Amino acid sequence: MGEVVEVNGPIVTIREAGIRNGDQVTIGELGLVGEVIHIRHADALVQVYESTESLRPGEQVHGLGHPLSVELGPGLLGQIFDGVQRPLDEIMRQSGEHIGRGLELSALDRTRSWHYVPEEDLVVGARLHGGEVLGRVRETGVIEHRVLAPPECRGEIIEHAPEGDYTIDEIVARVRSEAGSVEDLRMYHRWPVREPRPYRARSSGNQPLITGQRILDTFFPLLKGGKAAVPGPFGAGKTIVQQQIARWSNADIVLYVGCGERGNELVEILQTFPELIDPYSGRSLMERTFLVANTSNMPVVAREASIYVGVTMAEYYRDQGYDVVMVADSTSRWAEALREVAGRLGQMPVEEGYPAYLASRLAAFYERAGTVDTLAGGSGSVSLIGAVSPPGGDFSEPVTSHTKEIIRTFWALSKPLADARHYPAVSWLDSFTDYAERAGRWWTREVSPDWPLRRQQALTLLTDADELERIVNLVGPEALSSAQRWVLESAGLVKEAVLQQSALDEIDSFCSPHKQFKLLDLVLRFHRGGADLIDLGVPVEQLTELPFGGELARLKSSVPNDDLAPLDDYWKHIDNAFDRLRVEYSGGSAKP
Amino acid sequence: MSEIEYRRVDSIHGALMFLRKVDGVALGDRVLIRDRDGRRRNGQVIRSSDELVMVQVFEGTDNLDLENTWVRFLDQPFELALSPDMLGRNFNGIGEPRDDRPPIVSSVRRNVNGSPVNPAARAYPREFIQTGVSTIDGLNSLVRGQKLPVFSGSGLPHNRLAAQIVRQARLPGDSSNFVIVFAAMGVSYSDARFFEHEFESSGVLRNVVMFVNLANDPPMERLILPRTALTAAEYLAYDLDHHVLVVITDMTNYAEALREVATEKGDVPSRKGYPGYLYSDLAEIYERAGRLRDRHGSITMIPILSMPSDDITHPIPDLTGYITEGQIVLSRELHGKSVYPPVNVPPSLSRLMKDGIGKDDTREDHPRVASQLYAAYTRALEARNLASIIGAEELSGRDRRYLQFADRFETSFVSQGESEERNIIETLDLAWELLSLLPPGVLGRVTAEDLRKYHSWEEGG
Ligand SMILES: Nc1ncnc2c1ncn2[C@@H]1O[C@H](COP(=O)(O)OP(=O)(O)OP(=O)(O)O)[C@@H](O)[C@H]1O
Ligand SMILES: [Mg+2]
Repeated sequence: MGEVVEVNGPIVTIREAGIRNGDQVTIGELGLVGEVIHIRHADALVQVYESTESLRPGEQVHGLGHPLSVELGPGLLGQIFDGVQRPLDEIMRQSGEHIGRGLELSALDRTRSWHYVPEEDLVVGARLHGGEVLGRVRETGVIEHRVLAPPECRGEIIEHAPEGDYTIDEIVARVRSEAGSVEDLRMYHRWPVREPRPYRARSSGNQPLITGQRILDTFFPLLKGGKAAVPGPFGAGKTIVQQQIARWSNADIVLYVGCGERGNELVEILQTFPELIDPYSGRSLMERTFLVANTSNMPVVAREASIYVGVTMAEYYRDQGYDVVMVADSTSRWAEALREVAGRLGQMPVEEGYPAYLASRLAAFYERAGTVDTLAGGSGSVSLIGAVSPPGGDFSEPVTSHTKEIIRTFWALSKPLADARHYPAVSWLDSFTDYAERAGRWWTREVSPDWPLRRQQALTLLTDADELERIVNLVGPEALSSAQRWVLESAGLVKEAVLQQSALDEIDSFCSPHKQFKLLDLVLRFHRGGADLIDLGVPVEQLTELPFGGELARLKSSVPNDDLAPLDDYWKHIDNAFDRLRVEYSGGSAKP
Repeated sequence: MSEIEYRRVDSIHGALMFLRKVDGVALGDRVLIRDRDGRRRNGQVIRSSDELVMVQVFEGTDNLDLENTWVRFLDQPFELALSPDMLGRNFNGIGEPRDDRPPIVSSVRRNVNGSPVNPAARAYPREFIQTGVSTIDGLNSLVRGQKLPVFSGSGLPHNRLAAQIVRQARLPGDSSNFVIVFAAMGVSYSDARFFEHEFESSGVLRNVVMFVNLANDPPMERLILPRTALTAAEYLAYDLDHHVLVVITDMTNYAEALREVATEKGDVPSRKGYPGYLYSDLAEIYERAGRLRDRHGSITMIPILSMPSDDITHPIPDLTGYITEGQIVLSRELHGKSVYPPVNVPPSLSRLMKDGIGKDDTREDHPRVASQLYAAYTRALEARNLASIIGAEELSGRDRRYLQFADRFETSFVSQGESEERNIIETLDLAWELLSLLPPGVLGRVTAEDLRKYHSWEEGG
């Protein structure tokens, strides 16, 4: 037992013999929880996850003898936890609408029983190795929870419970190790959050993460197991991009980490997701979703922890063989928490107040993404998607620039696009992905062999148009040839009819891969058809006066994913009109 | 401990006072300070060890010396006494009366710092508030429980706009009025007077609680004033079931006071000398707006801040925008063209609009009309920009239409009278009148049905 020496905001200096770096401690009468982050002579510095108001020097401190760790077992899905894995619903039951301090709560429900089905071959006498599937539990309507042996456990099974209903505190198996010690296994185990969970081997992912958002899937795809960042100034649409991914992506499990952002954004998910139907499973979205919430007004230090708490839970479901997506909104707030603590410790700031280890911490975090062969013998993945909130929207600031070096897909949000309410405001010029080729194989196989070509054509059209616009702004539209003016028109149409996609539109919020391709193909055909007519001498004005522009832009929100025929029909409609012009301008000969 | 007066001041600088060898002082404790003339000042413990206690003094440390300063630790945090009698009263930043009337006496006392709301206890704000201002109602709708700041600049009519909102804000079909908490930091006497006069002449003064710190009042008091004001607002909303509208001005003065103490404490600066924790500190204030699931009342917040050098990327507006649920940005250019209210439409945003408008709340075409107006106006600004380079005569016919649209949009949609109250249907009809200047072929954000119903396009017209 030790005592408090100094209280300096979230950093408390304690004196306690034998405490280890990383240990959890409880502090003072209130029992505030914190973590030792620095040892200096006789003193240890503790970062405290709760407000230290009213704490005074001389109060007692108890070391808990273990680092910050999480409970991993059935009952995580559908829940909302705070930054150190305390369930917010339970907090509310104990302390009302405002978050109390020093509450001792376990993450998983102790009273609920689960129907446990042991693995058939894991009978008494069988060998069990770390990370192996011990038994199964139906966690929600869509997710079968595979109860895993703790990664470091191995030995001979000497008892295994029969199929039946158990609470997570009941012992379901006992294992004797080589050395002869006996370990009791329950349906959950604990894992320290700052240590990546082990796996057998890394493998390279080759499945695109389909999000139903055209600018993401078609233009800047992400793979399952990949790492992506969404940087953008305030109000550009980072949260909506992440919410759309949480809603529509074809992952098995989604973890939404609200790190230093708004309370209302989490409420929105909590209130809408239970009613939303997952297009893949046909069941409530909440059955595959869970949340970690440390909002901007909650204590800063728990914000730092929340990212690790989140990714450890994500890895746990990966180890069960699932494809997990974790979205973190916003990694900048996490970095700021790091900065805050570094500042209080008197560590030397290197750029904009951030400590020198910012880049390495960011890299270590994103390194926990990936597709792996699990210890259990299957394959699973964690995709990490972090929002970045650069001060002043300046992408050269430390968090954005370091993140950009680490991730493989960069969805850069642009303020001018957001100002024009062109959503998602993903810039086609500043974004990039390293996964286009691998994603392209899937698209080629599943959707159309023309996919890589169409994608390239559209990107070229967009970049050409940006170049032409620069010219117009210097010398006016007269300097452009008819063909060039048509490029400008068509690029405008790609933006309105394909890239722009409202998350609020009932039909267009999610766009299936086939619809994505057909829409793009249609607009590009329109472009080529128009270009041919211009070669024949049809004036650009005559084409723009046709009603097609507005109509093409409306197709995305009138044609549903399950009936794409109107897109084909619409082409016939355009083609007829084009044909008439062709006849008129080429002196009578219709299309061959 | 609260009985003991210490005379152990070790050093003093700026707003900070350091005491040596005072045992076991709690962080956040309220401190009473008596100087040699017997005058009282208020402080708060911001760092504590047995060796050294750091106290922040809200009235500043001018004229304090080391020998004749007595310090008492009250062994309790900063609290505010709360009662319905606060309505109609005027207080300073720590809740002492400024209006020559007796202090509030009540057994209900709350820590002004509050404590974070559990996100699981919140209700999502979704009730449309009609302010009668087209750029807000039509394009950036406000809902009950939202925090929607006004980003302004010196000399722009943000006070007039805020006063107009306070006067006109109502829920369509609901007669209950807002109770107003007005928090002013570092404002001029005439600005404070302007608001008081506004409240008086619109007859709401009995429903207003004012917390005022003028430009010549102690700047450090601004650090606690918004917290005091919000403690009052929470009491009015959640204990007394009122819908509360909180107007806070000027957040820039708050942030500057924060920077001043941070510098004195030696905190590591991030941008422009502001401490790295400015974001979290502002969030503690702004996140106190909202609705709770099991309470009737609500807190809607309109913070006003002036952007230093009209720069929206300056840390104060920037971090505010990262926390609040949108922003109304005022434009010096429109103000120069005598447009009132000079709302700069493209950078303005309301994030909670989407759930407060549409079929059951305003009108079914509302979301699409708003999006279409944004798209058309930004396109029109491009045309205007092009015209300034190559001359309007050189523009295509379509761009000339856009030019006309931009002018009409500013003079008849953005611009309105200071006491003109347009209901939402009038605002939407006006929007369609403007969209009818453009051909249907460029209106891709609205449906064919909308066009049939509301668009009156005449070829060549
Ligand atoms: N895809 C979209 N469809 C429709 N509206 C959108 C879309 N993306 C963004 N918006 C609009 O933009 C607003 C701001 O988006 P969002 O909250 O995601 O911004 P942000 O980048 O997360 O901002 P901050 O950094 O301040 O949190 C939303 O409230 C919504 O009105
Ligand atoms: Mg956001």
